[in-house]
Amino acid sequence: MSARRLRRRFVSGLMTTLVAMLSFVAVLALALILGYLVAKGASSLDWSFFVKNPVPAGQAGGGVANAIVGTVIIVGFAALIGLPIGIGTGLYLAEYGSGRLGWIVRFVADVLNGTPSIVVGIFAWTWLVKPMGHFSALAGSVALAALMVPMIARTTEEMVRLVPHSLREAALALGYPRWRTSLRVVARTALAGILTSCLVGVARIAGETAPLLFTALGNLNFSTSVLQPMQTLSLQVFTYATGPFDEWHRLAWAAALVLMALVLLLSLSARWALRSRHGAAR
Amino acid sequence: MEPVVAPAPRGHALRGTNVGDRLYRGALTALALMLPLLLLTLVGELLLSAWPAIRRFGGPFLWTSVWDPVAGVFGAAPMIFGTLASSLLALLLAVPLALGVAIYLTEFAPKWLRQPVAFLVELLAAIPSVVYGLWGIFVLIPFLRTYIVPPLRAALGWTPFLSGVFYGNSLLAGGVILAIMIVPYIAAVSREVLLAVPASQREAALGMGATRWEAVWTAVVPYGRAGLIGAVILGLGRALGETMAVTMLIGNRHDIGLSVLQPAYTMAAAIANEFSEATTNLYLSALFEVGLILFVITVAVNGLARLLIWRVARGTAVGSRAL
Repeated sequence: MSARRLRRRFVSGLMTTLVAMLSFVAVLALALILGYLVAKGASSLDWSFFVKNPVPAGQAGGGVANAIVGTVIIVGFAALIGLPIGIGTGLYLAEYGSGRLGWIVRFVADVLNGTPSIVVGIFAWTWLVKPMGHFSALAGSVALAALMVPMIARTTEEMVRLVPHSLREAALALGYPRWRTSLRVVARTALAGILTSCLVGVARIAGETAPLLFTALGNLNFSTSVLQPMQTLSLQVFTYATGPFDEWHRLAWAAALVLMALVLLLSLSARWALRSRHGAAR
Repeated sequence: MEPVVAPAPRGHALRGTNVGDRLYRGALTALALMLPLLLLTLVGELLLSAWPAIRRFGGPFLWTSVWDPVAGVFGAAPMIFGTLASSLLALLLAVPLALGVAIYLTEFAPKWLRQPVAFLVELLAAIPSVVYGLWGIFVLIPFLRTYIVPPLRAALGWTPFLSGVFYGNSLLAGGVILAIMIVPYIAAVSREVLLAVPASQREAALGMGATRWEAVWTAVVPYGRAGLIGAVILGLGRALGETMAVTMLIGNRHDIGLSVLQPAYTMAAAIANEFSEATTNLYLSALFEVGLILFVITVAVNGLARLLIWRVARGTAVGSRAL
């Protein structure tokens, strides 16, 4: 074998090893992040962590009950606002989206998808917080919904487009009006896909912090009023991680672990929903 | 035999004048119109709120560095610089990593390994930004301080990029965390682009005696170049607008410096930190202008990325050679 050929084979082997190692590094980063979350957070997860509210700074103990409830409420309201609009827009794009308006909506959704969440946050502030005169969980929900809609619209569209055309034609040929075809045949067939896109959307906003800084603001006390400031896990992690107390840092890791578990649960169930019905589609 | 005569179709059903159809279409259209409406109000509100600052400072807002809320003088140059610098640093680290992942997963990895590894890398995108920030403060920064900065200093300490004392929160810490955060996006899109490259490209190269790496590097990657560049720019768009993790790690100092070991600032971080303490209307307005600039930059960057990816995703890779 000539030296040149040897060198080429060597380079090929070297680069193959290199890209394999790079993949390993990427997976290692994930393992390190999740590993540290569990290692540093798991030991603080006890009963009082889930049922108690934060104690004044500097004291030991306390929990994040208010943040857990707040996260559920804020994300729940965001889903309530965002899901119908997102799914409806997605259906529109898939069913009637071939014209100019469809093009515009698609383009706008892509623009909004790339908009930094902090910009959406200050927008929600001018729109809701400023006129109302005070911070509120509702403003936070609206900001999160605005982040969620474009993403759900685009993924729903893709999922609905996966439905074979023959199915729609069959329903129309049987005399179904378009709207019933769309809802009872097309949307129903794509249900697993639509559910997936919803779960992905909720998973993405559940961990958001930036849009909540000037809307939901955070709250040291337990509050369930959506017109008042409210705490979320993400805001809690931010406050505790950047604070000066060791006790706070300990709680930050625990809260982050809970938040991560919540987001992972949503992401994984999204995958599962898709796989259980669409096994081969993706 | 009697010829079978189909009942005359109800004309209105075919022409879509069915009341239900019209209602359905109207409802969906109304929902779909909310997105453009949202974008319009968003841009309008940003412009309106930023207007006092735009009128007061004009163009120099972009290239002056004084940020003095007390005197009411604002210049956003340090944060614009910091945003670009931290994002570029992130790209520098993330692009080789993400491309490596994409190439390995599409070309070299054993079949059984591809799906799980792709899934794990994508999971990086699911981690909330604030969790990255937490991890960065307590794991990444100590790691950088102990294992990365001393040898870097020893080797390249004479360059302006590594001067000064390393306290932890710095451009370097912000850039590294951003790099980890954008890897899944770049890797996922790159992987799709590489998967879209026809097998004939590889086969032709291999048939001419290329090694496997040569086939990838000379036949597959160039074919998908436009899409790969699109993937990288998409990652850049993500990095530019990222807020929480960067805010927690970059040090938040209004300064323009070449050293990656020094604290810096980004536009998103400035809004996150200062918005709630902006006491004067002008201060608030200046922050809105920062938000507007950030918005315009990310829209431009994302638009460019999508344009490039679309060209490839149509399957023909039109124009990839032109780039």
